[in-house]
Amino acid sequence: MSPAPASHALANAATGAEGSADPFSDAVIACRLFLAAPQSFGGIVLRGASPARDALVAALQDALTSSGRAARRLPGHVDDARLLGGIDIAASLASGRTVTETGLIAQARGGALIVPMAERLEAGIAGRLAQALDEGEDGPALILLDDGIEADETPPESLRERCAFWCDLSAAREGACPPLGAPGAMADGAPLDDVARAVLVSVAGALGIASVRPLLFAQGAARVHAALAGRDGPGEADLAAAVRLVLAPRATQLPELDAPPEDAHEDAPESEPPPPEPPEDGPDEDKAETEPEPGDTPLEEMLIEAAAAALPPDLLAQLAQGRAPRRSGGGGTGKRRKSGLRGKPLGARPGMPRGGARLALIDTLRAAVPWQEVRRREVGARGDGPIQMRKEDLRVRRFEDKAARVTIFALDASGSAAAARLAEAKGAVELMLAQAYVTRSEVAVIAFRAGEAELLLPPTRSLTRARRALSELPGGGGTPLAMGLNAARECAEMVMKRGRSPSLVILTDGRANLDALGQPGRRKAAEDAEAAAKAIAREGIEGLVIDISARAGPEGARLAEAMQARYLALPRADAGTLAGAINLVENARREKAA
Amino acid sequence: MARFPFSAIVGQDEMKQALLIAAVDPAIGGVMVFGDRGTGKSTAARALARLLPAITAIQDCPYGCSKEDQARYPEVCGSGPLRKRPVPFVDMPLGATEDRVIGSLDLERALRAGEKAFEPGLLAKAHRGFLYIDEINLLEDHLVDLLLDVAASGENVVEREGLSVRHPARFVLIGSGNPEEGELRPQLLDRFGLSVEVRTPAEIETRVAIMRLVAEQERDPEAFAEKWADEDEAILKQVARGKAKLAKLEPGDDLLMDAAHLCLAVGADGLRGELTLMRAARALAALKGAKAVRREHLIEVAPSALRHRLRRDVLDETGSTARITRAIDELFG
Repeated sequence: MSPAPASHALANAATGAEGSADPFSDAVIACRLFLAAPQSFGGIVLRGASPARDALVAALQDALTSSGRAARRLPGHVDDARLLGGIDIAASLASGRTVTETGLIAQARGGALIVPMAERLEAGIAGRLAQALDEGEDGPALILLDDGIEADETPPESLRERCAFWCDLSAAREGACPPLGAPGAMADGAPLDDVARAVLVSVAGALGIASVRPLLFAQGAARVHAALAGRDGPGEADLAAAVRLVLAPRATQLPELDAPPEDAHEDAPESEPPPPEPPEDGPDEDKAETEPEPGDTPLEEMLIEAAAAALPPDLLAQLAQGRAPRRSGGGGTGKRRKSGLRGKPLGARPGMPRGGARLALIDTLRAAVPWQEVRRREVGARGDGPIQMRKEDLRVRRFEDKAARVTIFALDASGSAAAARLAEAKGAVELMLAQAYVTRSEVAVIAFRAGEAELLLPPTRSLTRARRALSELPGGGGTPLAMGLNAARECAEMVMKRGRSPSLVILTDGRANLDALGQPGRRKAAEDAEAAAKAIAREGIEGLVIDISARAGPEGARLAEAMQARYLALPRADAGTLAGAINLVENARREKAA
Repeated sequence: MARFPFSAIVGQDEMKQALLIAAVDPAIGGVMVFGDRGTGKSTAARALARLLPAITAIQDCPYGCSKEDQARYPEVCGSGPLRKRPVPFVDMPLGATEDRVIGSLDLERALRAGEKAFEPGLLAKAHRGFLYIDEINLLEDHLVDLLLDVAASGENVVEREGLSVRHPARFVLIGSGNPEEGELRPQLLDRFGLSVEVRTPAEIETRVAIMRLVAEQERDPEAFAEKWADEDEAILKQVARGKAKLAKLEPGDDLLMDAAHLCLAVGADGLRGELTLMRAARALAALKGAKAVRREHLIEVAPSALRHRLRRDVLDETGSTARITRAIDELFG
């Protein structure tokens, strides 16, 4: 969901009108190219659960299996032993010798692994797959089914980067798929000449694509596209297809259609909050070396226009928020905790099953099996006797229990923080909650005004409940800032006790006039507020102070400093901008933490 | 314990109808019931199990495969003659472990005989039947992931503990939950064909009637079941007739146009909304024994089929149901 519908519409207008190819027919072309050389294209990302995608996947699967290649589904709950291969327990126990079996990656060699719900794939599995992809001809190719809805719900970057084609089918309305052709039928095709290569390089530059891998994919795509069409060498149409299918979906900036590419590259997207430095945009020098003269060839212009027509429709909206598009932040969940009791099963580790830790029987057996022959000889047991176990074989289960992130809002509902700002703060809370299902994070709201601080909304994930609590939020009266801060800290401590990671967002103008006990007196009020802020810093609670006064004074910044929190002055922000800014700061912090 | 008869449930007509529509055409993709506690969500879902015509399945097949399944999954399906068996109804607890849900290595056989055998889980049990999850919005994330995958693909792929098994798992998902206690992931919500909102009945008479019936049932469950058996039997027959009739009903082009217009008007994204709307209208017509699918059927199921697919506008407080009713009024007046 885009918080800025206006810019969304703008983006649609920019890309929708003419020349933009239909996403489904483009996806069909991408699938044909992919099938022509699955291993060298690495993979294909099909985003958006829809009947159109189901048809396409079925066709891909058919094409692969009918030519004797593997097309295996990879469930997200796969374990290492099945992924990489390992000891076959049952066979080992039966024969008394260690019997190994091949893993899924090896079984899919030369074919493809279909990964459903790839946006939820664990980093550990993604890493192993990425490694397998790098083996090229000896590895499997990937078909990533991406069911993400929010822009930052995407498959792991390590895998996406290695897949040549990214197709977005969320808006596709087709229900049937034309035949795709046999895989591996790549007539080798003539390679690109250096002029064509240079054009691809400068188009990538104009789109803000730093990595070299997309260039290699684009070059391959142009060649195969030409070969499939029966042309001797890649021509304009082939280059255009390569740009549309490989480069455009990876764009991190809008190309400037009439200016030389470097200008476009320097142009940082406008945004009020501090834009986080996108980590991928590092190797600028590399690009300068490979980038040819910004020759305004007609071909290049034509290709950039083709790319512009195929840009993802939400790109503009995202750039407007100062966020690099579609960067997976790994979700906004809190710190991961290893737990012995609940959560998603991780691997097992050696240990005794006590203190609530559960025995991992299979892993225990797996550890014992290789030693059976030796141990039997040791104790002189018969081959069909019971299995010989030792204490060191014991394995216990581990579970991953993600500490949920809890964002605690402390809203200044006093008379000085004008009523209009309150409505926007409410809107921001609701917007953040609406996205909270992605990150499974919770939100709590504290309001402070006229001598009291009240926990309006205890930590929750429910939008329905939040909306009701906030609709009753009154405003007016003095500013008991210290009380609000103390209440926020207490709430954060409670959250930490329950094993979650809190972060505070204080929306205020910082102008305290009631002290920690609710008594009037500007000086005492300021002192108490500072003490309360320092107490938050001492607890090591992450914070963000948003100054919502119409003209920001020094008080807000001083408060942030005492809290050791970040400070943002957003005098005229609407709910969307506010929510965007908070997300931005939190994401940046998480990336730093990771 | 004897289950409360479906026909004895007072009120909650939209929910009951949605469940019956899903029973007539399982391809619709399940029913999500939103509402407070104590509104008869679980009672209705569990009562439904007894109202379903039996299925024919391969006698020894652990998955209850049909003949067509057997052709597609020869490696897991047993052989033997076809036999009638009741429709499976699986109640999945919130705290279920992953291996209980997807199935696991049969340890006893592995240890005793050195055989690598798969012990089917809840997903296998639910094949061709119903999988009911109470408080689905509180289900742990990794379980939601695997449910989504299986619900989308219709098969359960197990690649762990040295096993590599693929078996069919097509079921009607029935979820219930209170949105005040947590939101459902939109991807999961989208998988449900129909969604209904239930409320505690407010009228005194209704509440009294419920109390009277429940007391009667508790006093003598068997006699109570006996008393309602005829009505339950009538519903069972109605569902069976509906199932048989389904294939013969084909919605006309004008109705397809109606569906497309309505989806556009309310802003239901994607093709799935239209498909479900059509299917549900057809199933309702079949259930009612109508000769053709008509616009009135479409209008009747539209709130259930579309309510959870509207683009969410957080700042617009108008309920989804109100938006759909408004669009229906404007379009079909």
